[in-house]
Amino acid sequence: MAERNTNVPVIEAVDLRKVYDLGPTRVEALRGVSFQIARGAFVAIVGASGSGKSTLMNLIGLLDRPSAGALRIDGVDVSRLDAEDRAYVRNLKVGFVFQGFNLLGRSTAIENVELPLIYAGVGGFERRRRARESLARVGLGDRQHHMPNQLSGGQQQRVAIARALVNRPSLLLADEPTGNLDSQTSQEILELFQALNVDEGISVVMVTHEHDVASVAARVLTFRDGQLLHDGPPPADWEPAIPRRARQEAA
Amino acid sequence: MSALTLLRVALQVVSRNKMRAALTVLGIVIGVGAVIAMVGLGKGASSRIQNQIASLGSNLLIIMPGAIQSGGVRSAAGSASTLTMSDIEAILREVPTVAEVAPTNRTPAQVVSGDANWSTLVVGSTPAFFTVREWEVARGAVHTDTDELSAAKVCVIGKTVQANLFGGLDPIGQTVRIKKVPFRVIGALASKGQSAMGSDQDDTIVVPFATFAQRLGGGQRNLVMSAFASARSADDANKAVAEVSTLLRQRHRIGEGDEDDFSIRNFQDVAKASEEVMRVLSLLLGSIASVSLLVGGIGIMNIMLVSVTERTREIGIRMAVGARPWDILMQFLVEAIVLSGIGGVLGVGMGYVASRVLANVMEWPTVFDVESATLAFAVSAAIGVIFGLYPARRASKLDPVEALRFE
Repeated sequence: MAERNTNVPVIEAVDLRKVYDLGPTRVEALRGVSFQIARGAFVAIVGASGSGKSTLMNLIGLLDRPSAGALRIDGVDVSRLDAEDRAYVRNLKVGFVFQGFNLLGRSTAIENVELPLIYAGVGGFERRRRARESLARVGLGDRQHHMPNQLSGGQQQRVAIARALVNRPSLLLADEPTGNLDSQTSQEILELFQALNVDEGISVVMVTHEHDVASVAARVLTFRDGQLLHDGPPPADWEPAIPRRARQEAA
Repeated sequence: MSALTLLRVALQVVSRNKMRAALTVLGIVIGVGAVIAMVGLGKGASSRIQNQIASLGSNLLIIMPGAIQSGGVRSAAGSASTLTMSDIEAILREVPTVAEVAPTNRTPAQVVSGDANWSTLVVGSTPAFFTVREWEVARGAVHTDTDELSAAKVCVIGKTVQANLFGGLDPIGQTVRIKKVPFRVIGALASKGQSAMGSDQDDTIVVPFATFAQRLGGGQRNLVMSAFASARSADDANKAVAEVSTLLRQRHRIGEGDEDDFSIRNFQDVAKASEEVMRVLSLLLGSIASVSLLVGGIGIMNIMLVSVTERTREIGIRMAVGARPWDILMQFLVEAIVLSGIGGVLGVGMGYVASRVLANVMEWPTVFDVESATLAFAVSAAIGVIFGLYPARRASKLDPVEALRFE
């Protein structure tokens, strides 16, 4: 897409802060975090629980607003947007994948995938076509009309990924995407992320606390106590769950 | 989200919880049904009264001698003998808007036929009585001007009198004794039913005016207890009242500013007054029924609030994939409207059935009209909006992070 200027980082955080005011106590979940994530990157965010990584995900995913600092998604400052506009950006620019899949339990796989298109105002026929296409892309072309409880955990996560991709977002956000899956299925999901990143150039940001999952990414941001502790390639002693595959940059 | 998609999603959700939806809808069904049945009942009563008033004779005026006033004490209307036969003749002669006038005198009397006897109201009036009152005979004939001139001892009997004196036998040609005077029955009147005031109009015997004066009224041939007059048309009724009034004031030499010594009742006014009473009654019944509609609305609000809480996670998911607060608001609002709308449709059906049942059981005419059905349906939809708005707003204001965390 033309608007996706490859020079603009897909995420740019400048002195990002988030304070939760819980009456008598103030919890500083993020204490001034700055970083950039380039278009087409595959980044893992790691840290112990309480390190601020989930808060960061909520901010990047526009589910929450920063207390201070600037956050730009695709070059647009989203830190001051109201609820309606955040929903709009969330719908078109960000695809979410959760640990618990978060599918609508009483809707079929294809209905779940169609959901973001409904809010994007895509008409019925086109919606169904694109949802089908997206499901096929994650290898579930033959499971369109299954209910989530008729699918395995890995398949449910694939439906969630198909849903995240259906609006062709610039950014795929995954919050512990393999947390509820066995290692075999985890590898399949990671391979899918890798393929989406390497072959289709989708930027992937993944929160995890597992070293083997994190080290599939080319870059790891380590958080502790609301601050960015370390930023760089995964440490050499972390064994990736699947062989790392670098993206071939177009010359 | 398009309107169609909204409706489809709402129907989907409602059909998932059939039992709950049914119970929620039931409140509205009962409310709408009650309103329709009650309004139907009120309108039925109103039309019944109109029919009764029409049964008195349309365009009817009743002229009565006025109350006399002596020393500040006023007697009842009709207690003074100020209306005379010559007044009646003058009205007929000089007031063009009056078609016919029937002077009447009446007395309660014991009537005897064979070994049967019955106490009834004996009315003496001219043949015009039957045309002015729009009263026809079922058998035989009414008395004629000839009977009037000769003061013939003939009578026309009402249905109730007929039933009590003759049972199933043919009364025509039979003799009845009224105050010991024998009268030949020449006609039997068709049934007129209850009057607007609740008395039995069929419990009467009509004899010629002259005969009444000679044989039953103590010889006061010239005095009239009341007169029924008919205006030429309904539009003329009020004009007729004014003209008769002017004429009688002249004839009775009533000075300007003095009170009438007669009174004229126009039955259109009576009809209007009773209609007003019935309208208020309908309104009252309707408002009582509306309370149940209100309760139904609260039921919808309650269930929608439960639904919002239960589906917090779903709301979170929808928000995460890009639903705006407005989309969430509309989703729940449409759901509430679908519930109340279904209730409205079923309620109109129930109201229809209930009015029919009431009409049969209570032997009371009920009116089911499209107008009140449409109104009740619109009100039920509005209730969906009003009572759905608060839960829907609550849903739309949920924090997506919190909502996603909700188990």
